[in-house]
Amino acid sequence: MKTRTTRALRCSAPLVAAGLLLTACGSNGGSDSGQPAGNTSFEGRGPITYVAGKDTSGVVQKVIDRWNTLHPKEKVTFVQLPTDADSQRQQMIQNAETKSDAYTVLSLDVVWTSEFAAHQWIDRLPGQRFPLQDMLKPVVETAKYRGGLYAVPASSDGGLLYYRTDLLKKAGITRPPATWSQMTADCAKVKRLPGTEGMSCYAGQFQKYEGLTVNFAEAVNSAGGVVTDASGKPDVDTPSARKGLDFLVGALKDGTIPKEAVTYQEEDGRQAFQSGKLIFLRNWPYMYALAEKSKLAGKFTVAPLPGLNGPGSSSLGGHNLALSSFARNKATALDFMKFFSSQDSASTFLKDASLAPPYARSYDDASLVKRYPYLPDLKQSILHAVPRPRVVQYGDATSAIQQEAYAALTGAKSGAQALKDLQSALQKSTAQ
Amino acid sequence: MTRTANVRTRLLYLGVAAVVAYCLAPFYWMLVSSLRRTSDIFDTSPLPSPVSFENYRAVFDPSQGFTRALLNSLLVAGVTTALALLLATFTAYAMARLEFRFKRLILTLIIATSMFPVVSIVVPLLKLFTDIGWINTYQAMIVPSMSFALPLAVWNLTTFFRQMPDELEHAAMIDGCTRGQAFRKVIIPLAAPGIFTTAIITFIAAWNEFLIALSMTNKSAMQTAPVAISKFAGATQFETPFGSQMAAGVLVTVPLVVMVLLFQRRIVAGLTAGAAK
Amino acid sequence: MTDTTTPPGTAVREHGSAAPRPSAPVRPRRRTRARATAGSGRMAALLVSPTLLVLTIVVLYPTLMALHESLYGPKGLDPSTGFIRTTEPFVGLHNYAGILGAAGQRFWNAFWNTTFFTVVTVGLETVIGVVMALIMHQAFRGRALVRAGILVPWAVPTAISGLLWRWVFNSNGIANAILGRQILWTTEGFHAKVAVVVAEVWKTAPFIGLLVLAGLQVIPKEVYEAARIDGASALRRFWHVTLPLVKPALLVAVLFRCLDALRMFDLPYILVGAQKNSVETLSMLAQNEASNVRFGPASAYAVILFLYVLLIALAFVRLLGADLVGDRDGGKANRRSLRGILAPRRTEVAA
Repeated sequence: MKTRTTRALRCSAPLVAAGLLLTACGSNGGSDSGQPAGNTSFEGRGPITYVAGKDTSGVVQKVIDRWNTLHPKEKVTFVQLPTDADSQRQQMIQNAETKSDAYTVLSLDVVWTSEFAAHQWIDRLPGQRFPLQDMLKPVVETAKYRGGLYAVPASSDGGLLYYRTDLLKKAGITRPPATWSQMTADCAKVKRLPGTEGMSCYAGQFQKYEGLTVNFAEAVNSAGGVVTDASGKPDVDTPSARKGLDFLVGALKDGTIPKEAVTYQEEDGRQAFQSGKLIFLRNWPYMYALAEKSKLAGKFTVAPLPGLNGPGSSSLGGHNLALSSFARNKATALDFMKFFSSQDSASTFLKDASLAPPYARSYDDASLVKRYPYLPDLKQSILHAVPRPRVVQYGDATSAIQQEAYAALTGAKSGAQALKDLQSALQKSTAQ
Repeated sequence: MTRTANVRTRLLYLGVAAVVAYCLAPFYWMLVSSLRRTSDIFDTSPLPSPVSFENYRAVFDPSQGFTRALLNSLLVAGVTTALALLLATFTAYAMARLEFRFKRLILTLIIATSMFPVVSIVVPLLKLFTDIGWINTYQAMIVPSMSFALPLAVWNLTTFFRQMPDELEHAAMIDGCTRGQAFRKVIIPLAAPGIFTTAIITFIAAWNEFLIALSMTNKSAMQTAPVAISKFAGATQFETPFGSQMAAGVLVTVPLVVMVLLFQRRIVAGLTAGAAK
Repeated sequence: MTDTTTPPGTAVREHGSAAPRPSAPVRPRRRTRARATAGSGRMAALLVSPTLLVLTIVVLYPTLMALHESLYGPKGLDPSTGFIRTTEPFVGLHNYAGILGAAGQRFWNAFWNTTFFTVVTVGLETVIGVVMALIMHQAFRGRALVRAGILVPWAVPTAISGLLWRWVFNSNGIANAILGRQILWTTEGFHAKVAVVVAEVWKTAPFIGLLVLAGLQVIPKEVYEAARIDGASALRRFWHVTLPLVKPALLVAVLFRCLDALRMFDLPYILVGAQKNSVETLSMLAQNEASNVRFGPASAYAVILFLYVLLIALAFVRLLGADLVGDRDGGKANRRSLRGILAPRRTEVAA
C-alpha cells in the first residue's frame, strides 16, 4: 500500500531464517479457532501501547493524549515504527514471533488482515462492541477474515481520477469521462488545443511495487473482471480481466500513457501532473491539498475512476486497528480501540491528517465537504471499491500480480500469457 | 627538471580534483536537494533557488528526537569501535607475532562468522535479549554490532601489524623493554595510520547499522540516527520526505567527516610522535 | 597490554641479541619461533579467546539456529479452521531441493546477478580505490582535508545513498538530464544493473582507497628511496615495489568488499526495487522468503549464500596465507629484502 519511496528506507530484512521454532499462536485469550470471541476473554486493565507508523501531523498523539486524560490509570503509549509499510509489518511479525507483550493495539494496513488473523497474531473481536453499521460496507469487509471480525476500521482510502478542468473546458468538454474510451476521446480533443504538445493523456502507478497491484486490480475490476472471486479463489484468466489489462497495455503502446509511467509511483505521477505533463491521473486523495498549493491551483478537480463501460471501481486503502494476541490488559485495549475508531476521532484524523473516515455520515457533512471538495467523489469511489485479493499469503499474491502485470506492461509477455501465468501462480500461492 | 616537476604537480592536482569530484559530486546533489523547498523538490537546477532550511528545521523538530538519536549513535558506534579495537588488537597481535597451531583455522573462523547475513541472526538474538531483559538497552545494540566490527578489525590490524618488521621489537627488547612494552611503544605508533583507518571504518560500519538498532529498541529515546531517519515521514502516507531524508543524510555524514578530520591530526600525530623520537 | 606475561618474551629476548644483523636474519628467527611455540601457544590462546568468545555468542549460536531452521518447512494452513498450523513440519533437505529444483530458475538468476555484481563492482572499486590511494599518498596542500573528504561516500548510510541514487536515476532525474536522453533506469534490463554498479562503486571505492592508503603509509620511505636510486621508473616502482608491499592490505580490503558485495541487498532493493529479475540478488531472495513468513526456506537461502561466501573466503585465506597467517612458504621475499635495507635504521629508531 505504501509507496516504495518510503519503503526504501528499510534496510535489510529481518526475520530471514533464524531458528524460532515457535509453537506460536493460538490458545491466547481463550478465543479458540472458529468460535466467536466473547467479552469474557478480554480481561485486564492498565497501561497499553498503540503501535503504528510514524505520524508527522502529531494528530495520533493528540488523540491519545485525550484518552490519557480521561483514563489516567490506563495510559496508552504510542510506539512509532518506521514510515514504510514493510518495516512496520516486519516489526509486528517479529513481535508476534517472540510472543512479546510490548505491542497491544496494532495499526494494520487493510491488506494484512487475513495474514495476521490466520497466524493468530491478532484476536478475534466482538463485533457488537463497535458501530460497524455506521461504517461504509466495503471498509468493514477489509477487517474480516472468514466471516469473523479481526480488526476495526480506523481510516480508509480510495483512488480518484484527477483531471485538468481548465483544458477540458477549453476543449468544450463539460463532464469528466466515465469510461476509458470517453477519456481517450477527451484527450484527443484537448490535444488539438495549442500548447498541449508533449502532454500525455493518462497515468497511474505502474512501477513494479504495491501500487501496480492496486492499478492492475482496478483495471480488471473496472472491466467487470475479478482477481479473486467472492470465496477468495483466483479467477483472473477471463475475457473481462483481459479487457482491463489490454486497456493498460494498449494505452502504454499507443502513448496514451507515457512510456516513463512504468517507473511511476504516487509521487512521480503527482510531479508529472503538477508540471503539466498529464491531462488525467489516477491517484489517492492525499494529492488534492498538495496540488492546490502548486501552480495548478484551481485548474483541476477529481472524479470517480472511469471503467470499460461505465464508472470503474477503485482498490481500497486504509488502516484497521487490531489487538495483539500476546498483549496484556485487553479490556483496556478494547475500550481504547473503540475510542480511537469513533466518529469523533475519525473527524479529527480527517481534519488534521486528511485521512478518509470509515463513517458514511462524514462524507455528507456540508462543512467537511466545503473543506474537502473531493469527499463526495471519494465516497463513491469507496462504495464501489473492491478489496485487493484477501488471501493469507498476500505477499505472494501481490508479488505474482506485480510480476505478471509488469511483464505485460513492458511488453515482455502478451496480455493473454500474463493472465494465464498469473492464474496459475495465484492458485499455487492460495493452495498452501 | 623544473618543468617535469611542474607537469608532475599539475597532474597531481588534476588527479586530486578528479578524486574530489568523484567523491563529492553525488554528495553535492544530496546537499542541494536538502536545501530545496518541499515544493521545489522535483527541480534539477544545479543550485537551489530559493535556498530553504525547511528540511533541516524538519529534521531537528523536537518530535523527531534527532539530536538524541545522534548521541545514541555516537555512544553505540563509539563503544563498539573501542571494544572491537581492544579485542582485535590482542588477537591481531597473536596472529601477527606468535606461532601457534590452528592459526589459519581461527582466522578463517573469525571471517566466517562475519559472513552470515546480519538479517539471519536478528531474530534469535531478539529472542535471547528479550529473555534476559536487554530490550531498549545500549548493550543490546553494541554486542550484536561486534559480529561485523570484530572480524573487520582483527583482519585489518593483523595485516598492518605483520607489515611491521619484527626486528624493531627485538631491538626494543634488547633495550630492556618487555614484549608488551615493545609492542606498545614501537609497533603501535608505527602502525598508527593503519589502526586509525581501521577505527574509522569500524566506526562508520557501526554508525550506519540499522536492522539491529531497529529491532532491539521500541522507545524513541533509545533509537539511533538511522532508525530515526527511517521514521521521517511526509505529511501524508504517500508524500516523500525526500528533502528531509537528504538533510538527515548530510547531517549524519558531515559530523563524521569533521570528527575524522580533527582526530586525524591529533591521534595520528600523537601516536607517530612516539615513534619518531 | 601484556607486560606481565614474560616467559615467551624472555625467550625471544635472549635470542634477540643475535638477530638484527642484515646478513643472517632468516635462520635464527625461525629457530626462535620453534622454541617459543609452547609458550606462545598459551599466550596466543589468552589473546585470541576473548574475540572467539564474543563471536561465539553473537554469531555462532544464531547461525546454528538458522542451520537447524533450514530443515523445517513453512507452517501450513489448516483448511478446516482457516488458521495457520502451530508447528513447522520437519522436511529435511527439502527446502534446499526446492531452491535448486522448483525455484531453480529464479535462484540461478539471482546467483549470477550476485556474482556479476561482486566481480564487476569489486573490480572497479579496486582500480579506483588504488588510484585514489596513490594520489592521496602524494604530498600536497590540503591533503588532510581531501583525505577526510573521500570518506564521504562511505560514510553516507546505505539506505540514504540508495534514495539519493534513485533520485539521480529517476526518469526525469539529473542522470538523464546530463546524458540528454531518457533512460528508464529502474525498469528491467541491463541499464538497471549499470545503475546499481555505479551507485555501489561510488559508495565503496573509498573503503579500498583508505585501507590501501593506510597500507602505503606504513611502508617506510627508505624503500621508495632505495628504489628510486636504483633508477626504476614510476610504473616499475609501482608494480615491483609498491604493489607487493601493499598487497596484504589490498587483499584484505578486497576480501571484505567481496563478502559484502555477495550479500548485497539494500542498494538494488531501494534503487531499482524488489523482484526486478535484472538486479535480484541472493540476499533479496532470502529476504523475500522471510517476509512471507517462510523461515525454513529463507534460512536455506541464507545457508547457501553462506557457503558460497565461505568458499570465496577460503580462497582468499589460501591466497593471503603467506602474508597474513605467516606460513613460511614463499611470499616473504619482498619483506626480507626490505629488512635488509631497513635493519640498520631500526636499531637507531629504537635507541
